[in-house]
Amino acid sequence: MSPVVTPGTLPGPPAEPIDRTAKSTEWPLWEVFVRSKAGLDHKHCGSLHAADPRMAIQLARDVYTRRQEGTSIWVVRSDQIVASDPGEKGSYFDPMADKVYRHPTFYELPKSVDHM
Amino acid sequence: MQASIEVSRDPAVRYLLRIGDTCLIQAQRLAEWCGHAPILEEDIAMTNMALDLVGQSRAVLTRAGALEAELGGAAHDEDQLAFLRDERDFLNPTVVELPRGDFAITVLRNFALATFLKLLWERLLGSSDAELAGIAGKALKEARYHQQHAGDWVLRLGGGTDESARRLRAAVDVLWPYIPELFEADEIDDHARAIGLGPRWSELADGWQAEVLPVLDEAGVAPPAARAFRSTGKKGVHSEHMGYILAEMQHLQRSHPGGVW
Repeated sequence: MSPVVTPGTLPGPPAEPIDRTAKSTEWPLWEVFVRSKAGLDHKHCGSLHAADPRMAIQLARDVYTRRQEGTSIWVVRSDQIVASDPGEKGSYFDPMADKVYRHPTFYELPKSVDHM
Repeated sequence: MQASIEVSRDPAVRYLLRIGDTCLIQAQRLAEWCGHAPILEEDIAMTNMALDLVGQSRAVLTRAGALEAELGGAAHDEDQLAFLRDERDFLNPTVVELPRGDFAITVLRNFALATFLKLLWERLLGSSDAELAGIAGKALKEARYHQQHAGDWVLRLGGGTDESARRLRAAVDVLWPYIPELFEADEIDDHARAIGLGPRWSELADGWQAEVLPVLDEAGVAPPAARAFRSTGKKGVHSEHMGYILAEMQHLQRSHPGGVW
């Protein structure tokens, strides 16, 4: 039997296959991103443990959209995220502190332009 | 102690009470997992589903109480119907009142019930009672998710470890004798069918089997052979477990009549 089965017998929208190889007692960690309404970005809102992508999406729905927070969910395995090194924070980000000319704050915006 | 209420014997009211009570007692059993689920995320998921079912029950019991008044009886609100009825006046099928058991029993019952309720709500969309049709529209979306979530767990337990598969097989043996009651026809269903309130539950049997059996098969479990035994919760004759649920559920309202948050 193939280790990954498609739950084709289940009604409902097509979804990620259930990974039956996930038998470890420590499920991987997933980062959850929720879009609050169409047109806005998916925003990181937390993390959870789940055995596979299908379970991660369902549990993200149950844990992070209980109060109508979302219309769309992304989940990403936390170990797939490449992060900058906290030790490099100084050399990475401090040089930007004195470059005020990079902010476009010297322009007068017409009143009719909102949300800039 | 607050005395029990007299409930209408009208078959349309009793048809609604069956639906409302099924949701209510299933919600009570699911809610028992709050704080006890295997993982935090599933704890929240099961509590969410319990709350969906409480919401469905509230709406249907409210409609049942209003119908009592329309038929010339005393009106009862959702709280009176939930907390001040005697065991014999609860009309849920026995399967929902069985103890929550282990996670396999919970998951399998949830899958069986969610599938049943999904099929029922689909039919109730066309009810001659506009309010019931409206409730069905909202409840159907909830039941679809419950079915998907619980069905996934059935597959996971069946295809998981030897222990999880063993527990799933044991759960089928415990629950399956109580399934035929869901699809037993009687005069209450005949009446509901005749006035267009809703389907006979027996009409849902084929659809239910078509959705449940392939999942069991994929999970590697076989239902036990059919037996002559029939549970009778829908007629108000319950198992020994029902009294304990009601005692816990009704204790506050019975001891402190009209108490509110």
